[in-house]
Amino acid sequence: MIVNTLLLVGALFVLVAALGLVRLPDLLMRMHAATKAGTLGAGLLLIAIAVSSPETSVVARAAATIVFLLLTAPIAAHLIARAAYHTGEAALWEHTCVDELAASIEEQAPPAETPDGADGPRPRPEGFPPPAAAADRPTDA
Amino acid sequence: MSFVPIFTLTVLTVAMVLVFARLVRGPSLADRVVALDVLTAVAIGFIATYVVATGATALLDAALVLALVAFMATVAFARFVEHQSPPEETT
Repeated sequence: MIVNTLLLVGALFVLVAALGLVRLPDLLMRMHAATKAGTLGAGLLLIAIAVSSPETSVVARAAATIVFLLLTAPIAAHLIARAAYHTGEAALWEHTCVDELAASIEEQAPPAETPDGADGPRPRPEGFPPPAAAADRPTDA
Repeated sequence: MSFVPIFTLTVLTVAMVLVFARLVRGPSLADRVVALDVLTAVAIGFIATYVVATGATALLDAALVLALVAFMATVAFARFVEHQSPPEETT
């Protein structure tokens, strides 16, 4: 009974993640749906394993997989979102009204020139594609 | 196999088809990377449901390895997305 409930709810969450991935209008919203709901769905299905066969080895492996999912999903999502935003791949939805990252980047940007060579391994070249006002950001912070 | 695992596998199949649609259509590379990430989550779900239905617990190792490899792939793709735009990139 518990196992069946876990299976159904987990599958439902994965389905919601897939629907969000298809229906939502821009990359960051899609990641918002996919990362959280997808991880939760897969985690619930793995918990179903642990409940259905409560042996030490099975529970340990299921728990390890869940822990890895929960640890890696935010890191992966953060990396993709950051990379996509800074290369301009993530065109924001046309009705987006708050972009705090752009404002923060603009605020941090120095007026004239950046200290070349002193700012991390990769000085950003000119002619970077949008997002607007993010072209000459000094650091990778 | 009883009814609930089969229904679960059906729902997961629908989810996989939807994710695959985004993988094919996705306007940017980052969209496709996200779709791949979700695709591995769906695959882990498939494995988990199959293990529950049949008791073949050896497949759990496959799920664990899949989770790890998916993370590595996502990190690699994220770095690739970040580095591909500047043409004179050397690192």
